[in-house]
Amino acid sequence: MAYVAVKGGEQAIGNAHAWLDEARRGDAALPAVSVRQIEEQLSLAVDRVMAEGACHDRSLAALAIKQARGDLIEAAFLLRAYRTTLPRFGASLPLDTGAMRVRRRVSATYKDLPGGQVLGPTFDYTHRLLEFALAADEGEPPVPAPEVPADGATAPRVTGLLAQEGLMADEPPSDAEPGDLTREPLEIPADRPLRLQALARGDEGFLLGLGYSTQRGYGNAHPFVGELRMGEVAVEIAPPELGFAVEIGDILVTECQMVNQFAGSRHEPPQFTRGYGLVFGQGERKAMAMALVDRALRSAELGEETGAPAQDAEFVLYHCDNVEATGFVEHLKLPHYVDFQSELEKLRSLRAAVAAGAEREAAE
Amino acid sequence: MDMGEIIGTTAEDVVARRRWMGVLARASGAEIAARLREAAPLPPHTRLRGPEIGLVMARGRQGGDGAPFNLGEITVTRCTVGLGSAAVGHAYVAGRDARKAELAAVLDAALQDRALRPGLLDAVIEPLATAQAERAARTARKAAATRVDFSTLAVMR
Repeated sequence: MAYVAVKGGEQAIGNAHAWLDEARRGDAALPAVSVRQIEEQLSLAVDRVMAEGACHDRSLAALAIKQARGDLIEAAFLLRAYRTTLPRFGASLPLDTGAMRVRRRVSATYKDLPGGQVLGPTFDYTHRLLEFALAADEGEPPVPAPEVPADGATAPRVTGLLAQEGLMADEPPSDAEPGDLTREPLEIPADRPLRLQALARGDEGFLLGLGYSTQRGYGNAHPFVGELRMGEVAVEIAPPELGFAVEIGDILVTECQMVNQFAGSRHEPPQFTRGYGLVFGQGERKAMAMALVDRALRSAELGEETGAPAQDAEFVLYHCDNVEATGFVEHLKLPHYVDFQSELEKLRSLRAAVAAGAEREAAE
Repeated sequence: MDMGEIIGTTAEDVVARRRWMGVLARASGAEIAARLREAAPLPPHTRLRGPEIGLVMARGRQGGDGAPFNLGEITVTRCTVGLGSAAVGHAYVAGRDARKAELAAVLDAALQDRALRPGLLDAVIEPLATAQAERAARTARKAAATRVDFSTLAVMR
């Protein structure tokens, strides 16, 4: 959402944008950073912009990051604006994350599980000490990562292992057409597919704070990371002119299955329930935060106590979109001269009335 | 140009076609063009639609296996071409590479021709598939190298 209400000042705006171009380029004596370099070397920024821009296209996201001078919310905004110029060809078949070719897959609930704990390219276990070797302009490329023979098996879902024992609430099988908040305005109450769409494109920082709040007591969460997996999945569509499904490519996604206690109800025995997170790219923090908030938003349907901020669907869903939020917050800096003039007049008349009353009192 | 028999819609035909369309979708435009230089020249084609860029809404399932939800869109380029009088080739490929989509559509049409197919499978599809399988295998081997081997730790009870 953009607020543009400006007349006059064209010269100033033109000059401001010229300065923006110069500031974006920085010191012209240094080589310009290429979109390909951003795509390859700032790949997690690219992933975040694709997730929050809700549009998977690595090179476009990298271009948006360059144009936005590294402002990732501005970059997501650019991507959202671009997507409105394109026609929608259709929807994919639901991604089969069970068939993911995992680069990383860890479980905090089972040490030994089929498929094993696969760490992948993670920041975990790094010492968080600055590596000054990276400050060198032309470092040697790192030695290729070690390889060992792979067994080629796909890793079964941890939630499936629990479901076999009847300890995990089933997801009812469904192929219902999900609502789409890019087509219809989001209305409360929103069903879980709509909530997941909003969370998947929601701001990582906002969801992280909300997820954190559920752990600290604002919402009664006792979560375990049943499984976190990141890797490539095939995207398939079934165009009517073909009459069968075809793969259009592979994308990298991150999925989090958060396992939570559930005390049971009159209809259901005590069991585990899941909070679910799925995001474009390698976005582990976002996937985990999304899973925590997804579970918190299910509290009402599970008959649990509600009232914490993360359990309030209206609060969460209407405020998690950073492009909408930035539009409304930032519009405050645009001209409000007329609004403010009326505020001024109201305030002056109130003060005049108070002053007149005080004079009357003094005279009596 | 004489065209051979065009494949139909038997289950076997669909499996074969799905495979080459998936291989072409995963290859870059430059890779496809490089392989085509090794193949016999393709018959002339007519563009019937596109290449045009659009979006496909990628869906997930809640909990990984429940009801579908909309995850976010993916840029996709599609193209439809006619080859000779009978074969129509389609391409839907992720990304915005118009040339790649057109080459993929032409190849889809040509590969449906039983006379042209063996040569194109050998020269284009199989080498691309081999390269893709090797890339995937290398990634899998790197992942396997980061698999925790608890047998190296002391037994905990």
